[in-house]
Amino acid sequence: MTISANAATLTARDFKGKVGPDWCPGCGDFGVLNALQKACAELGLRPHEILTVSGIGCSSNFPGFFNAYGMHSLHGRALAVATGAKMANHELTVVVTGGDGDGYGIGGNHFTHAARRNVDLTYLVMNNQIYGLTTGQLSPTSSEGMRTKSTPFGSVERPINPTTAAIMNGATFVARGFSGHGKHLVELMKRAIQHRGFAHIDIFSPCVTFNHDNDYPFFRERIKTLEDEGHDPGDWKAACEKAMAWGDTIYTGLFFELEGRETLGDQEPVLEGPPLAQRPLGLSEEQANGILARMM
Amino acid sequence: MAGNFDLSIAIGGAAGQGIATPGNILARIFVRRGLNFHAYNAYQSIIRGGHIFLTIRISDRELHNHGDKLDLLVCLNQDTMNRHLTHMGAGSRVIYNSNTIKPGEAAEGAVLCPMPVAELTDNSKNRLVQNTVALGVITALLGLDFKVLEDTLTLQFKRKGQEVVDENVGVARAGFSFAQENFEPFSFPVPLNEKPLAVWTGNEALAMGGAAAGVKFYCAYPMSPSSGVLHWMAKNARELGILVRQGESEIAVANMTIGAAHTGARAMCATSGGGFALMTEALGMAGMMEVPAVFINVMRAGPSTGVPTKTEQGDLWQALGASQGDYERFIVAPKNALDAFRTVPKLFNLVDRAQCPGIIISDLLISEGTFSVDPDDIDMHPEIDRGELITEAAPGEDGAPADPGTREGSGYQRYLNTESGISPRAIPGLEGYAHVVASDEHDEDVVLISDEFTNPHKRRLMVEKRARKFRGVAAEVPPPQLEGPAEAEVTLIGWGSTYGVIKEAIEQLKERGVTANQLAITWIVPFHAEAVSGILSRARKTIIIENNYSGQFARYLRSETGFKPNGYIRKYDGEPFMPHHIVEGVLEQLAGRADLYVPHQEILV
Repeated sequence: MTISANAATLTARDFKGKVGPDWCPGCGDFGVLNALQKACAELGLRPHEILTVSGIGCSSNFPGFFNAYGMHSLHGRALAVATGAKMANHELTVVVTGGDGDGYGIGGNHFTHAARRNVDLTYLVMNNQIYGLTTGQLSPTSSEGMRTKSTPFGSVERPINPTTAAIMNGATFVARGFSGHGKHLVELMKRAIQHRGFAHIDIFSPCVTFNHDNDYPFFRERIKTLEDEGHDPGDWKAACEKAMAWGDTIYTGLFFELEGRETLGDQEPVLEGPPLAQRPLGLSEEQANGILARMM
Repeated sequence: MAGNFDLSIAIGGAAGQGIATPGNILARIFVRRGLNFHAYNAYQSIIRGGHIFLTIRISDRELHNHGDKLDLLVCLNQDTMNRHLTHMGAGSRVIYNSNTIKPGEAAEGAVLCPMPVAELTDNSKNRLVQNTVALGVITALLGLDFKVLEDTLTLQFKRKGQEVVDENVGVARAGFSFAQENFEPFSFPVPLNEKPLAVWTGNEALAMGGAAAGVKFYCAYPMSPSSGVLHWMAKNARELGILVRQGESEIAVANMTIGAAHTGARAMCATSGGGFALMTEALGMAGMMEVPAVFINVMRAGPSTGVPTKTEQGDLWQALGASQGDYERFIVAPKNALDAFRTVPKLFNLVDRAQCPGIIISDLLISEGTFSVDPDDIDMHPEIDRGELITEAAPGEDGAPADPGTREGSGYQRYLNTESGISPRAIPGLEGYAHVVASDEHDEDVVLISDEFTNPHKRRLMVEKRARKFRGVAAEVPPPQLEGPAEAEVTLIGWGSTYGVIKEAIEQLKERGVTANQLAITWIVPFHAEAVSGILSRARKTIIIENNYSGQFARYLRSETGFKPNGYIRKYDGEPFMPHHIVEGVLEQLAGRADLYVPHQEILV
C-alpha cells in the first residue's frame, strides 16, 4: 500500500463510484460501503492505487459503487482473481468484497488457500446469512433451523464459523464488524488495509428483505466488542472461543492479529522490484542462450 | 536400410526400472552427432510396475513421427520380452539380461543379444545397472567409439559425484567389450553431422514459447499430460523473472490467470481436458471483460478421467463449446513441438490486440514426446505486440497527471465503442483511468446492463463491438496451405498432431504408386472456410484423419463449410497413428472397400 505524496487529501465523497448503489433501502451493505470510503480517505489512499475485486451477489456489486479500479468477477472466485491481480501488481491495495454465499460457499476453497498463503489483501465479507440476490435461499452461515426458500421446513445444516475458519487457515488479521456500527468498522478497515498479509473482516450486514431473523435489532441486542472485553488479539485460542459465541452475546472487533509473517508476495523473489505488469517483455540474450544451452 | 540412416530403438520395462535415463543418454548421444531424434513413450498411470515402452527413432533426415519399425529392442524385464519379441524382424537385435530374462521364439533373422549382467558387473546389487550395461552393448552394436558413451555418461552423472560416474562408465565398458566380442554389430554406420542439435519435449516448447512471448505469470494445477509446462516454468521462473504459482484447482488457476492478465501481465496456464472443463466459466469471463490470456489444453484420451497417459484428439468440441454465450476467442492446434513454440508468441499478440482469451490445443503425443530441434529454428526474440494498451498516466490540466479523486474523473471509457471495436485498455494502477470491469454485460462506462435497467440497444452495441474487434484482428491469421502436389489422387485432411504421421504416410504411399497431398489444419478459430472449401473443391478424393471416435474435426469442417469427405480414418485406442496405419487405410478406401477405416494396434502397450 502506498500513499501518494502529492495532491490534497481526499474525502469519502471522492470514492463514490459512477452509479449509486442499487441495494434495497436499509440494506446493511450501505454501511460497509460508507465505511470503506471513509477508511480509504482517512488513510490518504488515492483511487488509482486501489483494486476492488468481487464475485457475484448483492454485496458483490460493490466495486461499481466505489471509485477505484475494480473487477466484478465470478461467483465465488474473487479471491483467486485478486491473488492473480496482486501478484501482477503487488503495489496495488487490493480489497476483496463479497457475501457469505459467494465467499464461504462456492468460494470456500479459495478462502482456505488465500488465508494460508497470507496474500496481502483485505477481504470484506458482507455476511447477511442468506442468499439475497437470488431472492432468499439458505447460505453457509444461515442458522440451523432457519426457514428459507430452499429450506421451507427449516435448515438441517449447521452454519460454518468464518472467523474460526480464518484463524485455523492461517489468516493473520481476523476481525468482525457490524454494518450498524460505522465508526468501529472504519477503524477495523483501516487496520486491516494497513496490515501486511491476509486480513479478513466478517461484517454482519443485515438483509432487510430476505432475512428477518438476523436483523438490526438482533445484532444490537447481542453485540459486544472485544475491545471492551480486553481481549488479546495475539491469543488465537481465546479468539476462537469468543468467535464461537452465538447466544446472548456475539462479539465483534479484532479477534486475531499476527504481524510480521511473510506474505505470499514477500516469499517470491521474482516480485522484488517494480510490479510484474510494468516490466519490459522479452528475454535477454543471456537468458535465451542459457535456455538453449540446457537443451543441448 | 538403403540410402539414408533411419534407426528405431525401443526400451521396455516396468515403471521404476529407470527407462527414462538411458532414453535421455541416447538422445544426447545422437543429437550431439547432429542426428534427428523423435521419441514416443507409451506408459501407464502408475508410479511403479506396469509396462513402459519407449520408442526412439534416429535419422539423418527430418523426422515427423516415431515410425513403423523397430531395429533394436532392449528388454529390462520378462514382460517386455513376452510382449514385443514378435515385432522384431530380420536383422533386428534384441538385448536382454540373460540372468533374469528368458527369450521366446525369435522371428527368423532377429538376433538375440543376451547380456550376463551379473557376471559383467561383479554381481552388482544395483537394480538399474542392467540399463547401463545395455547402453554399452548398444554403443558397440552401432559401431560407435566407447568414448562417445563415456562422455555422455560422465555429463549425465556428474552431479552425483565421481564415484557414481566411475561405476557407470565401468559397467558400460564391460557391456561394450562383451558386445564387441560376442555380437555382430549393425552393418550401417551411424552418421556424424557437423551441427549438434538440441532436445525438447512439446511441453517444454510450449513453456519456452511463453517465456519468449514475455509471459510474466504462469499458473497451473498438475494434470497429466500438461504438468511438464509447469515444471519447466517453475524451474526457470527465477532466472527468467516469471511468477509461477500452483493453484488449488483449475478453477483457481483460470481465475488467477485472468486476474494477472487484467492487471497487465502476460499470463498463461495449461491443463488437460478435465481441468479445462473446470476453466470454462472463467474463459467466458475473459471474453466478457475483454481480457487477453492464453489457456492450453493438452488433450488426453477421454471421456472423464479416461486414459490419463494416452493420446487422443477428443476435445475439439469442448474447446469450441467452452463457456456460455457467444464470446470471442482464438483456438489453435499446433502441429508439432516447433509449431507449438512459435504459436505461443503469435497467439499472445493476437489476444492482446483483440483483448480476448486464446486457447491452444495440444495433445499427449506432442506434449510428452521428445524431439530434436535445430537451435537456429528457435527464435527466442519473437515480435511482441501488446495492442492498444495504455501504459502512461493520463495528462490532467496543465499537463500534470489527472487524479480522478472525484466521480467525474478523466472521462475514460474502458469499453469505448470505436470503429475497430477495440477499446484502448488501461492497466490498474495508472493514475487517471480508474474503472471497474465486470462479467455482467455493461455499457462503455462499465455501468452494468443487467441491474437497474437493461438496455437492448446498448446490449446489442456491445455484442457487435466485441464481434467486430475480433473479426478485424482475426483477418490477419493466414489460411492453411495444401502440402504436396496439387493434382494428387487423394487429399489427406488432418488437424494438430497428425501432421507428422500423415506426412510420412504420404511418402510411403508415393513408394507404392499413390500420390497424395495433405491439408493440415492448425487454426480452428478463425477457421478459413472459404480457403479450405476452395482447396477441397479441387481435390480428387478426400479422407479426414483424426485421433478420435466420432470424427470431431469432420463434423466441425462440415459445420463451417458443408463439406463431406469421401472417407475417414480414425484411431481411438489411446495409441497414436503409425504411418502404415494410414497407408493401409488410404489403400482400402481407394480400392472402395471402406469409407471408415480404424487401424488395428499391433504393439500392445
